[in-house]
Amino acid sequence: MIRNLALLAACASLAACLAACTKSGEAADTATIPLLLKDHKFSPAEIMVKANTPFALEVTNADGVADEFDSDSLKREKVIAGGQKGIVRVGPLAPGRYPFMGEYHAKTAQGVVVVQ
Amino acid sequence: MLGALLIVFREMIEAGLIVGIVLAATRGVAGRGLWVAGGVAAGVLGAAILAVFAGGLASLFHGAGQELFNAAILIVAVGMLTWHNVWMASHGKELSRELKAVGAEVARGSRSLLGMAVVVGVAVLREGSEVVLFLYGIAATGGTSAIGMLTGGALGVAAGAVLTFLMYRGLLAIPAHRFFAATTGLITLLAAGLGAQAASYLQQAGVINILTAPLWDSSAILSESSMAGRLLKTIVGYTDRPDGLQLIAWLGIVAMMLVLMRVVNPKKPLAANAAAAVAPAE
Repeated sequence: MIRNLALLAACASLAACLAACTKSGEAADTATIPLLLKDHKFSPAEIMVKANTPFALEVTNADGVADEFDSDSLKREKVIAGGQKGIVRVGPLAPGRYPFMGEYHAKTAQGVVVVQ
Repeated sequence: MLGALLIVFREMIEAGLIVGIVLAATRGVAGRGLWVAGGVAAGVLGAAILAVFAGGLASLFHGAGQELFNAAILIVAVGMLTWHNVWMASHGKELSRELKAVGAEVARGSRSLLGMAVVVGVAVLREGSEVVLFLYGIAATGGTSAIGMLTGGALGVAAGAVLTFLMYRGLLAIPAHRFFAATTGLITLLAAGLGAQAASYLQQAGVINILTAPLWDSSAILSESSMAGRLLKTIVGYTDRPDGLQLIAWLGIVAMMLVLMRVVNPKKPLAANAAAAVAPAE
């Protein structure tokens, strides 16, 4: 039991440390690009960014239900509840096209990050 | 309906496989059925709660709450899997000889089972909350198509359970003298894969910003989002665009596991057996 508690305590302190790191390590110069998901469609559906520069997508889900921002090429998966915002940190990326989608409504919710 | 079935099944793959592996790996330990069922039940309950608070969780830690939560519970799962393998390495001889728990070992066995119940719970929790949100979205939309899609979702969950059964039966087919080494090897690779996923979440959260460039891209050969890719992702930690940090996490966890098992059981080269049973795949 003591080993269990020690393990849990170790995990908890690790999580706390990580949380602290995020706060202090928040880069002020990372560009935030707004992305709107409405009626299960992304706008803008095409996002242009510079190569080798990290950025963050601020995804606003204006629909009433959750969706999952999903991109294999960006290696990102994030559930965004209905009416909520989600930050998706990306990059730095090599030049190319990186498609993304809203997995729960993939028929209409499609977009692409174009890195130049 | 088919679309909903596929989405839910995709989410269920990881949890389904993990439950199957855990059931096989705890074969012969008394009371494991209850512990695993308890883990699943706790995971389902947790998933429902998590789905309700998804919005709140996401907004924590400058919008990195979801990623940090995922990383944290994955790290807990890696810890529990490590504990299981180390425990099995020190007590597995008796178990593999008789495949039955006896006397005083039962109590100690159930301690290791707590860890495995946590692993199962974490697996169900992670993917389950996404399934809950998805199905809730369908139900909230309403209409005649909703019933078909919810049916599809339910079939997706059932397909996940079938996967658990197939994984479990498949592992039981391994000859007894290889069984222990095989499950130990599988648990090692499972832990390494989950650790690599945790590393990726830490990068997504912005906690770690090094070694983010992909080392290679094998998505043309085997896409991570294909069914085979998803299966291998869980079982061996396959990813089609691994970055440096993920590879280091994967290798580091395999190495840690082998060293710890060797330390607790220096006489029998369990680690070597386990490694030989399943070829490293990443």
